[in-house]
Amino acid sequence: MSTYEILRHFADSWGLLGLTLIFVFVVAFVFRPGSRARYGKAAQIPLNDESEA
Amino acid sequence: MNGYGVAAKLAALGGIALLAVVLAAKGHDAGYVFHAYLIAATAIAFAVYYARDFSFALVTSRPTTEDRYLDGVVKAGMIATVFWGVAGFLVGVVIAAQLAWPALNLDLPWTTFGRLRPLHTSAVVFAFGGNALIATSLYVVQRTCRARLAFGNLAWFVFWGYQIFIVFAATGYLFGITESREYAEPEWYVDIWLTLVWVAYFLVFFGTLLKRKEPHIYVANWFYLAFIVTIAMLHIINNLAVPVSIFGSKSYSLFSGVQDALIQWWYGHNAVGFFLTAGFLGMMYYFVPKRANRPVYSYRLSIVHFWSIIFLYIWAGPHHLHYTALPDWAQTLGMVFSVMLWMPSWGGMINGLMTLSGAWDKLRTDPVLRMMVMSVAFYGMATFEGPMMSIKSVNSLSHYTDWTIGHVHSSALGWVGLISMAAVYDLVPKLWSKSGLYSDRLVSWHFWLATLGIVLYASSMWVSGIMQGLMWREYDDQGFLVYSFADSVAAMHPYYVIRMLGGLLFLTGALVMVYNLVRTVRGGERTQALPGAPAWAS
Repeated sequence: MSTYEILRHFADSWGLLGLTLIFVFVVAFVFRPGSRARYGKAAQIPLNDESEA
Repeated sequence: MNGYGVAAKLAALGGIALLAVVLAAKGHDAGYVFHAYLIAATAIAFAVYYARDFSFALVTSRPTTEDRYLDGVVKAGMIATVFWGVAGFLVGVVIAAQLAWPALNLDLPWTTFGRLRPLHTSAVVFAFGGNALIATSLYVVQRTCRARLAFGNLAWFVFWGYQIFIVFAATGYLFGITESREYAEPEWYVDIWLTLVWVAYFLVFFGTLLKRKEPHIYVANWFYLAFIVTIAMLHIINNLAVPVSIFGSKSYSLFSGVQDALIQWWYGHNAVGFFLTAGFLGMMYYFVPKRANRPVYSYRLSIVHFWSIIFLYIWAGPHHLHYTALPDWAQTLGMVFSVMLWMPSWGGMINGLMTLSGAWDKLRTDPVLRMMVMSVAFYGMATFEGPMMSIKSVNSLSHYTDWTIGHVHSSALGWVGLISMAAVYDLVPKLWSKSGLYSDRLVSWHFWLATLGIVLYASSMWVSGIMQGLMWREYDDQGFLVYSFADSVAAMHPYYVIRMLGGLLFLTGALVMVYNLVRTVRGGERTQALPGAPAWAS
């Protein structure tokens, strides 16, 4: 098999699966228990800045 | 700085100037020689600037008072953004007029459409947009990390290095120097310089993240960092090329044929995705909440938005090569990922707009916030139109027509332009310690001039583009083409005139902004009635 064939087969099998799993994990992680309060605090960061300039 | 430091700098700059003169003497082509002299002139200018600091007391050090934040470079970035913006819009109007009236090419090589067009695209994308991104990212990262920029004055090297890149790119185009790669036309030596500047930019930004006092890295910084890292990767790979000679400007790409085409559009579309989208989303996630004085609608959604954009955008490039020699599966992959991009894009748009929920009344009184909201609305419109145009059957009509140009401009003028100018309006009074802008009414004027300009631009290009596409594929019952190419060119004339008028309105709005900002910096807020307030209240 040519390099092209090898890479193409890897891309549409294990590569695709791996990236999809990482993505699913990242999104699931955002909704982990207890994240709401943490992210609520994080969202305030731009507004907390006491010295403007 | 002590005498040794200044002396070392002067020696280095003098060496660069000397070397540049040697290169100029050996140069093969006029553009290269001009650039070599320009390097010498730049080095001498910086040497003169540093020489003012020279002191014969070799060991004295000036006491330095360090402010909490390094804002000088952000101020300089504001000025550069506005300056290059007006220059880029102006060239845009000129080339739009050239398309309507070809005599305006002036029959001179330097002023032909082919050379001015990359001047326009680079000026608006890299000079205007790039300066807006660099300046706002350096402002935002300091505020959200509560830390001063890392590596001292390296940020100043980034600023001046980037301006030098712009000047070299722009003057090169006028001399006819080009790699002929869309949105990456500068030749090899300018590419190498930009790589150095970009690595310094990464160090400043990432170093500031490392020394942050805020435990969490705010989401705007994620988008800015994705923009910086991805552009570095795209720029280096897309510009892998072999110079014909180190004494000449010409180089040839390392890749050939369809591989070269795919790399160009992998770069090209991700320049859209990571320069013109991710970077400006960073801007949106800081400035919209800041201006509305409300936290972003859903912080979780902003993270999902981020990762979805990162995972999907990088695959969308092949949709620029539908019906070419590119393998069919790659074309389909590009189309599918482009269509999927619609979802995170609209998630982000909803997140930006809903940040105003409970504060919609501010739209009536704050024209800067109105400009931000219009910008996010254009982001939503463009990210619907783009995936639609990437579908192969739609693309067979739209590709190579003005529809594409209309799409690009509703995103670039509407989304990128308006969010950048709104950020400038937000920052200039803060950076120059003024209580507010000189005039909110003039911001309102700018808002309407810009919006009407975009509407004229986009709608005329829709009509012109679809007409072009239909004329090109019109067959008679014998199977012959009904129209010649020149017929379609003649038919486009009125739309080209309307497009130029749209651009002129947008440029006029930008000039109103310049006046307003100059008056703001030079002092004084104008006494003004609140918009919508009854006459007796003023």
